[in-house]
Amino acid sequence: MREITLDEIEALAVGAWVLGTGGGGSPYLGLLNMRRLYAEGKRVQLMDPDELADDDMVAVVSNMGAPLVSQERLVDSETIGRAVTLMEDYLGKPFRAVMSVEIGGNNGVQPFLAAAETGKPVVDADAMGRAYPEAQMTSFAVGDLRPWPLSLVDPRGVEGIVAKVPSWKWMERLSRRMCVEVGSIASTCKAPRTGAEVKRWGILRTTTQAIALGQAIRRAQKEHRDPVQAILDQEKGLLLFRGKVADIARRTTEGFLRGTAKLDGLDEWRGHGFELAFQNEWAVGWLDGEARVMTPDLICVLDSVSGEAIGTEVLRYGQRVTVIALPAPPVFLSPRGLDFVGPRAFGYDLDFRSVFAGGAA
Amino acid sequence: MRRRIGIDVGGTNTDAVLLEDDRVLHAVKTPTTADVLTGVRLALQDVARAMGAEGVQAVMIGTTHFVNAVVQRRDLAPVGALRIGLPAAKSLPPFCDWPEDLAGLVRGQVHMVEGGLDYDGRPIMPLDERAVAAAARAMRAAGIACVAVSSIFSPLAPAMEERAAEILRAEMPGAAITLSHDLGRIGLLERENVALLNACLVPLARDTVHAFEEALRQAGIAAPLYITQNDGTVIRAELAARFPVLSFASGPTNSMRGAAFLTGLGDALVVDVGGTTSDIGALKSGFPREANAVVRIGGVRTLFRMPDLLSIGLGGGSHVAQEGGRIRIGPRSVGFRLPELARVFGGPQLTTSDIAVRAGLLALGDALRVADISDAFAQATLAEAARMLEESADRMKTDAAEVPLLAVGGGAFLVPDRLPGVSEVLRPAHAAVANAVGAAIAQVSGEADQVFQGMARAEAMAEAERIARDRAAEAGADAATLALVDIEDLPIAYLPGGALRVRARVVGEIAAR
Repeated sequence: MREITLDEIEALAVGAWVLGTGGGGSPYLGLLNMRRLYAEGKRVQLMDPDELADDDMVAVVSNMGAPLVSQERLVDSETIGRAVTLMEDYLGKPFRAVMSVEIGGNNGVQPFLAAAETGKPVVDADAMGRAYPEAQMTSFAVGDLRPWPLSLVDPRGVEGIVAKVPSWKWMERLSRRMCVEVGSIASTCKAPRTGAEVKRWGILRTTTQAIALGQAIRRAQKEHRDPVQAILDQEKGLLLFRGKVADIARRTTEGFLRGTAKLDGLDEWRGHGFELAFQNEWAVGWLDGEARVMTPDLICVLDSVSGEAIGTEVLRYGQRVTVIALPAPPVFLSPRGLDFVGPRAFGYDLDFRSVFAGGAA
Repeated sequence: MRRRIGIDVGGTNTDAVLLEDDRVLHAVKTPTTADVLTGVRLALQDVARAMGAEGVQAVMIGTTHFVNAVVQRRDLAPVGALRIGLPAAKSLPPFCDWPEDLAGLVRGQVHMVEGGLDYDGRPIMPLDERAVAAAARAMRAAGIACVAVSSIFSPLAPAMEERAAEILRAEMPGAAITLSHDLGRIGLLERENVALLNACLVPLARDTVHAFEEALRQAGIAAPLYITQNDGTVIRAELAARFPVLSFASGPTNSMRGAAFLTGLGDALVVDVGGTTSDIGALKSGFPREANAVVRIGGVRTLFRMPDLLSIGLGGGSHVAQEGGRIRIGPRSVGFRLPELARVFGGPQLTTSDIAVRAGLLALGDALRVADISDAFAQATLAEAARMLEESADRMKTDAAEVPLLAVGGGAFLVPDRLPGVSEVLRPAHAAVANAVGAAIAQVSGEADQVFQGMARAEAMAEAERIARDRAAEAGADAATLALVDIEDLPIAYLPGGALRVRARVVGEIAAR
């Protein structure tokens, strides 16, 4: 266990945004909360998963809802902290620590808000290794762990518990409904996990990974080195394409942002085309019409100059971008893992083939 | 016949033109003075002599005075912030993401009270009117005269901000009150920041507008005064004194619109090449495309009506260097010290201007001092400048179709006559006073930016247009001349019921008074 500095949290916000793979919401509002909490003297401890006893209880937190609504209602450390203590009240026993359900985007920072409020450490792990749009797209669901109960909190004092559901899909349906009812933004504490479950099914040390990634990007920017290369070196990633956005089409269906982006190649990619499909996050990429990369491999679209990640909501015509792939957590590469987060889970009739297969990396 | 005076107060020069219909009758350039007003008075007196007995129907002034005050941290009033939205957003109070030096000057008091809306228009909590009154009394007791009011989701329905303003006016008579929904968009912190910046500038804006009116009177001009805004339109001077932030980017906007007017083109890219940077914007139907992203002003994140500008480090004073076989231009520049530092003036620094002199594109200083530069190097440098411009022009386009490019500014010689993706490069006459022309031709606008639910797309777009038309008429437009210049819809992720955010903008002529 060690104390995390504010500088590491700043780096975490940068790294989490890249691991958001186009979605997950900007970590900016979470970061603002952490700056304030640290200015007030609060400090957060990061705990290695190996330090958990098998019967320790871990709170899995996330903010749920529409990114646009959080731009108005903002992000509050107290509600995420209350989601944790509400679950403790319901269970009648205390949590040893908190962790994130998804390291990508705003939720990568959320456990730090909960930790600063409750005085509990953050476990260095999550259940996605990135961002995914739906609650059942986690390593815990792949592990067939219990999906209930869930606590949900809104700043008005609305506090809800989903006591029991038959499946992860049902949990997604019910909790999404509650969330919409309180204004399409809510703080949640997902089904509690034991230390043994976290160690067996969690995606481990992703907080450290995101901090190191953010530090590498910030260092490269400061030293005027290529930040894209810094990301590839840090994460053992693959550069897939460099080009400019030639077309972008978005639509919302069933509460998700879906669409496609077409890129025209530049530099050594001149004359080639790349197409990307997304459901909140980037899902599949085709090079000259051939499927080149697909979920669960992480697809990141970066500003070619600054190396900063570009979200599916803000990508626009003419931007100079670089597409890279980062390796997926192994838990998602099993047949069962692919059922939850493979290309078919997003409606693409493709057999998963990792871009990292065949020693390409 | 339409006769107007347009004035643009820039950082270096104050330009004025007398415009009769489409013709520039008279143009004058005077140095901008430290007090701003002396320069305006001199320019006005000059134009008034050319104006003769016929007079003009309107005087339009564009000024960077207010944004400079923020950047230079001077003439800013302490502000009382009133946020409506508790218990939501409590952990991130007003000023929470301001640079500390600026917050130290502007943060008078911070109050947060219950109220605000959800995305569907239902109240988060009822407005706590007693808390608003108590905040007002505390601010009055501290001598605060400028207040910024922000309420969660107020762009959807402004009633709570308006009710709070009534209470504030009753409790603190004479206070200047800025309401966030009048200025900003969805995004509480960014909209609130715009309101706070506006509030701290109101006393300066009042004094400045008053002094402009005084200068008009001294020059014997009886026409009404308008102030130009970021979006290329004008508002009546008394309204402008309440909304100084709306003139922050009027300089680049007026220059773009002036260039468009002088070439007769409504849809084009405009590049203004200065000494240190090139600013590239896109015109659609004669108006600059608006930024849909956060714009930092003096270190403060804002989101409101600002032109979408791309600034790159390419100008007439940019350093030129060779690094590992590649030519590098900028971002460093000799800036206004060109006459002492550039090679053609015997200085030590190789600049883009030296290259242009060597290549015969520009007559400046002593060409013999750059005769040692090889023709190949000069051509390679110009090719690099062209590449930078091509890439930036392409980034500002919304699709692959070729568009004309209008080149203005002192460094426009760096823009080649042919660029890939550009149909033609035009260099307007009177380019030196394009911004004053842009001010003179300005019209009045109205805008709506709102989330609609349970409505068909066409219905929501029609409703947004209706709101925009109402607002334009309020701002002084002749309703019969209003035309829709921009409408876009953005679907919203994770909101049920086909929620749609629509932005609409209409523009028309100034109504006769």
